[in-house]
Amino acid sequence: MEKLLGALIDGVAFGCVYALLAVGLTLAYKTSGVFNIAFGVQAFASGAIYYQLHVNDGWGILPAFIISVIIVAPLIGAILDRFLFRHLRSAPSMARLITALGLLVAIPQIVLLKFNQTEATRPTGIVPGGDVPYHIFGATLSRDQLSIMVCAVIVAVGLVLVFRYTALGIRMRAVVESPRMAELAGTDADRIGTAAWMLSSLVAGLAGVLLPTVTSQVGDIYYTTLLTAAIAATVLGSLTSIPLAFFGAIGLGVVQELLNRYLPTNSVLASNLRPSLPFVVLFLVLILSPRLRNKRELTDPLSSVDPPPPAPAAGQRSRELTIGTRVAGVLFGLGIGYYVFFHGNASVVGQGIQVVIYSIIFCSIVVITGIAGEVSFAQATFAGIGGFASAQLSSSAGMSVIFTIIIGGLIAAAVGAMLAIPALRLGGIFLTLATYAFALFFDNVIVSLSWVSGGLFPVVAPRPQLGSIDFASDRSFLVLCLVFLVIVGVIVMQVRSGTTGRYLSAVRGSEVAAASVGISPTRARITAFALSAGIAGVGGALLASYEGHANKIDYNATLGLFWVVIVVTLGSRTVEGAIQAALGFVLFSARVLPDWIPWIINHVQPFLHVDSLPNAVQFIFFGFGALTYAKHQEGILEANKVKSLAWVQGKIDRFKSGGRTKPGAAAVDTPGAAP
Amino acid sequence: MTLLVADGVTKTFAGITALDNIELDVGPQEIVGLIGPNGAGKTTFFNCLLGILKPDGGRVTFEGRDLARVAPYKRARLGIARTFQRVELFSGMTPRDHFLVAERVRNGRGALWKDVLFMGGPSADENERVGAMLELLDLVPVADRPIESLSLGVGRLVEIGRALMTEPKLVLLDEPSSGLDRHETEQLAGQLRTVQNERGFAILLVEHDVEFVRSLVERVFVLDFGTLIASGPTDEVFADSAVRKAYLGDIV
Amino acid sequence: MAAVTEPATAPVLELRDVDAGYGPFRAIFDVSFSLARGRVLALLGSNGAGKTTIARVCSGLIVPTSGKVVYQGDDVTGQRAYKYARHGIIHAPEGRSVFASLTVAENLELTFRRSRGRNGVKKGLDEAFTMFPRLRDRRHQIAGTLSGGEQRMLSLARVIVERPRLLIADELSLGLAPIVVDEVYRTLEQIREAGTTLLIVEQHVHHALGIADDAIVLVKGEVAYSGPVSELGDLQSRVLGGGGGEGPVGV
Repeated sequence: MEKLLGALIDGVAFGCVYALLAVGLTLAYKTSGVFNIAFGVQAFASGAIYYQLHVNDGWGILPAFIISVIIVAPLIGAILDRFLFRHLRSAPSMARLITALGLLVAIPQIVLLKFNQTEATRPTGIVPGGDVPYHIFGATLSRDQLSIMVCAVIVAVGLVLVFRYTALGIRMRAVVESPRMAELAGTDADRIGTAAWMLSSLVAGLAGVLLPTVTSQVGDIYYTTLLTAAIAATVLGSLTSIPLAFFGAIGLGVVQELLNRYLPTNSVLASNLRPSLPFVVLFLVLILSPRLRNKRELTDPLSSVDPPPPAPAAGQRSRELTIGTRVAGVLFGLGIGYYVFFHGNASVVGQGIQVVIYSIIFCSIVVITGIAGEVSFAQATFAGIGGFASAQLSSSAGMSVIFTIIIGGLIAAAVGAMLAIPALRLGGIFLTLATYAFALFFDNVIVSLSWVSGGLFPVVAPRPQLGSIDFASDRSFLVLCLVFLVIVGVIVMQVRSGTTGRYLSAVRGSEVAAASVGISPTRARITAFALSAGIAGVGGALLASYEGHANKIDYNATLGLFWVVIVVTLGSRTVEGAIQAALGFVLFSARVLPDWIPWIINHVQPFLHVDSLPNAVQFIFFGFGALTYAKHQEGILEANKVKSLAWVQGKIDRFKSGGRTKPGAAAVDTPGAAP
Repeated sequence: MTLLVADGVTKTFAGITALDNIELDVGPQEIVGLIGPNGAGKTTFFNCLLGILKPDGGRVTFEGRDLARVAPYKRARLGIARTFQRVELFSGMTPRDHFLVAERVRNGRGALWKDVLFMGGPSADENERVGAMLELLDLVPVADRPIESLSLGVGRLVEIGRALMTEPKLVLLDEPSSGLDRHETEQLAGQLRTVQNERGFAILLVEHDVEFVRSLVERVFVLDFGTLIASGPTDEVFADSAVRKAYLGDIV
Repeated sequence: MAAVTEPATAPVLELRDVDAGYGPFRAIFDVSFSLARGRVLALLGSNGAGKTTIARVCSGLIVPTSGKVVYQGDDVTGQRAYKYARHGIIHAPEGRSVFASLTVAENLELTFRRSRGRNGVKKGLDEAFTMFPRLRDRRHQIAGTLSGGEQRMLSLARVIVERPRLLIADELSLGLAPIVVDEVYRTLEQIREAGTTLLIVEQHVHHALGIADDAIVLVKGEVAYSGPVSELGDLQSRVLGGGGGEGPVGV
């Protein structure tokens, strides 16, 4: 009885933390239409500031609370609204998701420039004497736990009342549905939007300072992990019901605590089920919830007031220019390749190999995002599956490595297809969340199994051997990787211009219309998922082989998020984009930050000497880079390339016609004009 | 033999009967109209025919085959094509691409392995069929323009062409005239008639525009409050007083 | 509220040499007209002629790229749309013009709360429901589940109680059964009798011309005719019946 009561109390307290996050996340979605996956890191910012002020700098609870929760948290919300999300109201939901993802990557790194989270242990709550226990029938309830419960209930009840009964609530809902129509009804949509962001960010801040008392450390990883459980609860409420999200979160907390107490401590079930519960629940809720099935986003009837910029027309380049750019590109590549291969030292060759391998992996993102238009957060996991499978098969079963690399890809493809089958009817953001749940589940549970990763010692992945050719040396391995890249690149290009690509872009353009001519949207997407996972798997297997062992930190889910960020920022539509992203990913941490930027800074001015920039800069740089996604969905580099080529084309046209015709012959009809 | 038969189709939402025991049939190569006031259940019925909604009672058969367990995309392959009230086009693609996609689905020659082996491009025979359709609908001048840059009227034609590329036996047209002006509507009616004469498919037309319906349709069904209040040859139905009261008011 | 006596001749809204469009697309060119108090102006033209764009300029949804929007003698060009609404310019946009995720009552409250304050909401609701008893039965229903005709009624209910200075009605008949269109136009007649100036955008001209005093005919974004309906004459058949393909028609 005491044991049960204790479990209930701890479970409810834990559940209330989930509930705060879940309610806040629901609020953010309801009021801004953004599924704010950066909600956890917003909470982290407040939690870190509170800890810094209260624990490190010795401020009192109240002033520290006021600064971190009442002032900073809403301020962050106001800034995000003013500079980012306000401009994305009519953007597709995927653009908003990518923007939030950029923040998820960048914000913690900004905080960590100033905040040392490894020493941020023994945090305190927002009431004095937080560990004072109250005894109820022999079970204990601490003051911290009580404060969490009280806060969660106040927030949930308060928000429900605001939404249902106040003018502000009605206005917020109206603005979400259609800011312009709300304006026509006399509502200042921008102000309401800002208010909504500030309100949801305030909840994030509150959750941020309360949460460390249950995790006993202030670290960004806790916030992201707990957010997953909160997402599960949010999805239970179909993203819109605050009460359902609240009770779902508490239920989740209680079940988790009951498992904690009642499962035998050493059983396989306990050691696996407990940490994975939030991910399993999220995944199950996503694929089973009947309410999501018919969930259609309400579209703004006035969205045509600001139509999205027309897609860049690629077909208007002349043949000469296309051939010219291709030749230039190939020559440039050959030049770099020649330098790396014949003159590069060991580290240059190593970086060359990494660029090639990551280009292959990033091609998988081109398939799933650039062609199929879906966002997967599990690409690192698919790479991992390929890496572990290939390493296990070659080192344990002694199979030929070239062969196991391909088998690794096939296994990853099979897993991708299996993941896709139940998740695909969801589409859009729910599909993305399902891939995220899967990636976290893999990270937290599967990867620690010894038949996957080899347990404590990473499983050895030998270099391949083909007949008498041994790829043990880095230079020869580079050539092998290049061969793989060429094959993968050609496959991706062929698929894009072939039947599969056409079907996928039809499904992407209009799912109902695609079905109306007989395309099975599900089948098209499963193909894309399997192909993408397979490519990632081959890349992951090569990566393991290059490093000599399959290393789980190379396939971490968070890293996978960063991959998505970097590829969509630089260009997710083309193989070139993937290669550029790989160059950015590898060279930024290996060259640009430690050598090149300090060299430039130290040579242009004599006053300030810089040694090496922290690696965090890379995450901040590309995290902010992702914020441009909404404007340039084809990627920044791709957009600029199209722009500059159009300029060159204009010059060519003018030159050819002797300067007589108008530049920019790209005549476009006004919308709706009669033919 | 009739092509499409709706036999006692019934659909309720949360206790409210949206469709009550609807009987409708379309014969081969026939043009049939379905009209009714707003909220009469036309869209619901349409969605039941297409498998987007599941009827609670009754059944829909196509060429004698029960469609209850046939997924929407498979109905297209049986020979049922459709257009949309709010045009649904594949953004970023050209009219030619639209027709090619539909053609490829129809002939079923696409496969991932063919793409990989450089066999994914359009064949001469596919190009010919697509070219013929572009010509039939007078879309040749705009065939390679991105769909976003074309007007609504052209968009409607592209939808119709895409539907026809699947070589349907029956085309369901969902308010094809909405958003078009009188002139464009007349033009569309003319083109539909020509194309239907040439290709000989059946049409089930859901429309508000009375003139448009009259100019195309031989037989018409009238829905009101989820029940069929009249059906028969167009002129007879429009003379019916119940129909006038429910739908036409006093304008005819 | 101070009773301001306005000269009877001052137009409610005036567009002076307005150009506007969407991003790179220019939809209307050099459009000028004024809306006299208490009169009904019909904006006619084929699909794509720029009617909806003008309606949107008049309600502040689109800011002109050049030219001016003048409200009762004040230049309001570039002000945000909610300010126009607070001036008493109400725009019932084309297509769905109610908040589908709010209930019927909440849709009405959104407007009344601002214009009449907390205590005026109930009275406003009563007035609206007296006018449209069908809405009273459905007051707690989510507006998105109403039929097309009922949604149009809901957006008109808001207007009829508000008594705005100017109502911009964009394609109110679109997608409605003829019998419902008649009902909508009867309501417009009532609104007009209450003293509201009307700007009616229509593709199907018969109804619009039945109620309008003046008409503007647009051809490809330019004004082809501007003047009383009675003098529209054969232009009507040429422009409205003939189709949008012809060039601008000289007046």
